[in-house]
Amino acid sequence: MIQVKNVTAGYGMKPVVENISFDMEAGEILGVIGPNGSGKSTLLKCMYGALKPDDGEIIVDNKRLGAYTQKNIAKKIAVLPQQTDVAFSYTVRQVVELGRYPHQKGWFSFQQKQDEHIVDKALQETGVLSFSNHPMDSLSGGEKQRVLLARALAQEPDILLLDEPTNHLDISYQLNLLDTLKDWSKTKQLTVIAVLHDLNMAAMYSHRVLLLEDGRQKALDKPSVVMEKNRLEHVYQAHLERKEHPSVPSPLITLEPSSDTLERKRENVLDSLSIEKTPGHVCLMSPFHWKTFSSAVVGAGFGWHRYFVNRHVDKDYACDQPKQEYTAYLKKIGLDIDDTAAMMTAARLDDGAFVRMAGDNHDVFVYATAGTSNAVDVSKSYEYYSMNHTAGTINLWIFVAHRLSEAAYAQIMMTATEAKTKALMDYRIYDPKTKTLATGTSTDSVLVAALSEGEEIEYGGTITPVGKTIGKAVYDAVSRTLNHYLKRRSGNEI
Amino acid sequence: MWLACGCIFLLVSVVVGISVGSLSIPFHSSMNVLWTAVWPKEMPADISPTHAAIILDIRLPRVLLAALVGASLALAGAAFQGLLKNPLADPYTLGVSSGSALGAVIVLFFGLSLPLLGSFTLPVISIFSGFLTLLGLLGFVRFIEKTLSTETIILAGIIVSSFLGSLISLVIALTGDELRQIISWLMGSVSMRGWDYIWLILPFFIVGAVLLFANRKELNALVFGEETAKTLGVDTDKRRIIILAGASLLTGAAVSVSGTIGFVGLVVPHLVRLLVGPNHQLLLPMSMFAGSGFLVLTDLAARTIIAPTELPIGVITAVIGAPVFGMLLFQQRRTKTR
Repeated sequence: MIQVKNVTAGYGMKPVVENISFDMEAGEILGVIGPNGSGKSTLLKCMYGALKPDDGEIIVDNKRLGAYTQKNIAKKIAVLPQQTDVAFSYTVRQVVELGRYPHQKGWFSFQQKQDEHIVDKALQETGVLSFSNHPMDSLSGGEKQRVLLARALAQEPDILLLDEPTNHLDISYQLNLLDTLKDWSKTKQLTVIAVLHDLNMAAMYSHRVLLLEDGRQKALDKPSVVMEKNRLEHVYQAHLERKEHPSVPSPLITLEPSSDTLERKRENVLDSLSIEKTPGHVCLMSPFHWKTFSSAVVGAGFGWHRYFVNRHVDKDYACDQPKQEYTAYLKKIGLDIDDTAAMMTAARLDDGAFVRMAGDNHDVFVYATAGTSNAVDVSKSYEYYSMNHTAGTINLWIFVAHRLSEAAYAQIMMTATEAKTKALMDYRIYDPKTKTLATGTSTDSVLVAALSEGEEIEYGGTITPVGKTIGKAVYDAVSRTLNHYLKRRSGNEI
Repeated sequence: MWLACGCIFLLVSVVVGISVGSLSIPFHSSMNVLWTAVWPKEMPADISPTHAAIILDIRLPRVLLAALVGASLALAGAAFQGLLKNPLADPYTLGVSSGSALGAVIVLFFGLSLPLLGSFTLPVISIFSGFLTLLGLLGFVRFIEKTLSTETIILAGIIVSSFLGSLISLVIALTGDELRQIISWLMGSVSMRGWDYIWLILPFFIVGAVLLFANRKELNALVFGEETAKTLGVDTDKRRIIILAGASLLTGAAVSVSGTIGFVGLVVPHLVRLLVGPNHQLLLPMSMFAGSGFLVLTDLAARTIIAPTELPIGVITAVIGAPVFGMLLFQQRRTKTR
């Protein structure tokens, strides 16, 4: 379809792009990324014949681009420019009709029936037919962009080039535009080359990505391969983080402010936690946000929180929408929902245990509440239990005064769970139905909170330094709260 | 539909222009005379030979010349405005008129007559110097800033205009004799030119007009900027030169027969654009009709307002044009700062 072979081009003596090479198949979408001044637009200019390469060649349909007339290039390649202001007020239809220019022959050619049909179709496919007689300057930015897209479509190109097409557009228009292009690449076999500013847009919509740095081809491959954290950080000279997109299989690049803009934290961060106890709930408050991972009722998953609430509810608490009900409760006690991770328990809050433990260079703080009336042996649970959400019974909070990798979060959850199970066993807690030793209760919940800066702890398994401390602290905390619980129970029975 | 209106406007202007004057001639008589001139047959008896002579030898050439000059200037203006994406451009504000005038004045002053060109020396030199002025202006502006922005072009045009104007004044000062004649020529007039001038301007007008009409679609594309025009398949380098050449040809031809008549090229395309929109397929012919009709009527006003004294036609167009120019500038500024 289109081949770029060792293209070097520029405006003066010094080339702006150097030695760029790639091939494209029909229907492929190539995203071109790179910092400002890396030569993205210059490369694009070469591709539509506005700039002659100093060296190398571009081949379109087995013929050198230089051998085409400007008109014949326009029959094959259309360009969607960045927003341009136009001095005079053309109507939408007039603008789109310009797209037929390369297909009209002769000095005195007139609009043909067929041209009109193609213009109509282009107007329709971009959804601007309804205002085809409106003047261009009465439209919003997104609408204008769609009109220009219709004009490009009216050229009936095989290849569409876009120069930062989503600049100045609302995100809904950006997505709309790129969705349309993706669709056309499939249905019309349209080949798309798009210079994109937004790395995430490039990652989501491109089949392949070309990364430029100082005019040189730094990488060309699938987005997941090109967008490697260290490479991007080097090319863009910025701190960023790569995650996986939560709903589509593509990388997700997030930016980070440089660290001195973050709030300075106190030497011993665990000291800054304050605890507020009321009959209804226990609330742990922090002056800054912790990065938490939890199965809490409110604020589950990964999140940033500075209020941690464990609320006591009645054993028979039943509510169709516990999250909504809980949110209302938090509002009532004056906490910002977005900053809060909150759990529920039917256990008595008085039985709760706080354990603080110092490791080599990682202090750990654990809070646990427990009741065992719903104790379950997980290995047998498939025989007995039907799904039944009630308030949590053993709730665990683990605060680590350190930064953790995502792997460490997952491992700490395992470590904590194992420590909890061990404590249950040592206290001879039985599953009342199976009469076997319980491994937990049916509604346990756990939260791991850690810092956002400092050196990262990569692993949190059971024999890592932090894992050891956590194992001990969780075991102690669960044991203590079980102890209180069992004592009170036996006392009541007497 | 619009084109028909344009045609009718032009025809009515011509008939009115021929009939009205120090000696009023009834419309049907002038129609009859015109008809006989176009379609040779016996002159009807009820028309006096004097009337026929006045019409055919004095008024008709004058009116046709005004029409041709008006059409040339309006076409050139429309083309400049499209090419430079700027509603304030016209041959006069860009200094092209002054360039042509300087060329013409030099030819008059030295009594130049180039071999092979003969009586065409004046228009050819005039057109050529207009074109050179334009190239010089655009080169100057590009030297200042790459983007060829509206304001810079207008400012540079004013600089070029006044510079060339002073050169013209210098030539006039050196002339001594015929001072009044050259000055009144410079102020613009279509009076007492006769048929010769019509044959002089006509070939240049036809070539210029054909060049511009052939590029009406390219002009539409160029309004969106050179880069965009290129992506639409326009060979911009070639087309731009053709359009500039066509517009300079028209300007030079008009200036060489009638002196500098300002603002026609500015006001007419602008008003026409308000009426029919910016599409050059319609804008160019409509500007041509409206420009010619407008100048015929302006000339009519010039010779009847304080008859028997004639006002220079350039004075009237300037009186109408300058305020419109000011208004446009105001509007453009306001939309930009909004």
